[in-house]
Amino acid sequence: MTPCQHRTAQMIEALLFILMAIAAIAGAVSVVVARNPVYSAMGLLGTLFSVAVLYVLQLAHLVAAVQVIVYAGAVLTLFLFVIMLIGIDKSEQHDEKLPHQKAIVGGIAGAIVLLAGGITIFGDFDWVPAGSVINPNATNGTIEAVAAPLFTDWVLAFEATALLLTIAAAGAIALAHYRRRPS
Amino acid sequence: MIDPGLYMALAAVLFVIGALGLLLRRNALVMFMCIELMLNAVNLTLISAGRALNDINGQVAVFFILVVAAAEVVVGLAIIVSVFRLRSTASVDELSELRG
Repeated sequence: MTPCQHRTAQMIEALLFILMAIAAIAGAVSVVVARNPVYSAMGLLGTLFSVAVLYVLQLAHLVAAVQVIVYAGAVLTLFLFVIMLIGIDKSEQHDEKLPHQKAIVGGIAGAIVLLAGGITIFGDFDWVPAGSVINPNATNGTIEAVAAPLFTDWVLAFEATALLLTIAAAGAIALAHYRRRPS
Repeated sequence: MIDPGLYMALAAVLFVIGALGLLLRRNALVMFMCIELMLNAVNLTLISAGRALNDINGQVAVFFILVVAAAEVVVGLAIIVSVFRLRSTASVDELSELRG
């Protein structure tokens, strides 16, 4: 790769990061702010797609594909089905049952953000060992690269998740079939 | 190459937005979406930390989180639907009793 091509690639990467960061934050804000739950779901979809693009930027190809298929495909469809089932309830109550809930929540969130920002900017916080060099080939997340540790080191956890999914599906069906006994 | 710290900052922002939504909204469905938002922020930190540390296991961890989140959504939405059938509401303020 010539230096000129290298610089162009870096510029495209930075541009994509900025665009996708803005899109992810906008989607997240619309999840929280939107009155209509359908709009919240669409905001979540935008965030999920933007984060998937950020995964691709970091060479996590398989995880990005799984994110789009599982989250955007399955989970969000489930959310939309449930919204359809229970109806769009816009009449959310905004009277505060806990006194000063918004002020307290805002204060705590602001304090945490200030603390985290302060530690990041002023603190001596090295979570990457000094002198370590990022080698993109080591974490090129192709199917083979992710599957090798998945089926060797983590095979027990993998089987446990299979059991977990079966239990979750059975539990969901049991909950859906539950009827209160006529008393 | 983008500095991994920028990804961490973005993930922190997403996590805080999700936590704020979880604390401020009353609609159980929207609160659930906020939990998904927080899980996504954590996944982003795992991917970028794995990349910074040259370790593929970060991506394996994200894979497991995706599976557990899918199971969690299935059970949680089933609970929300069955609560709605009993009480005709999805607002968490109305659900102050454990009794069904």
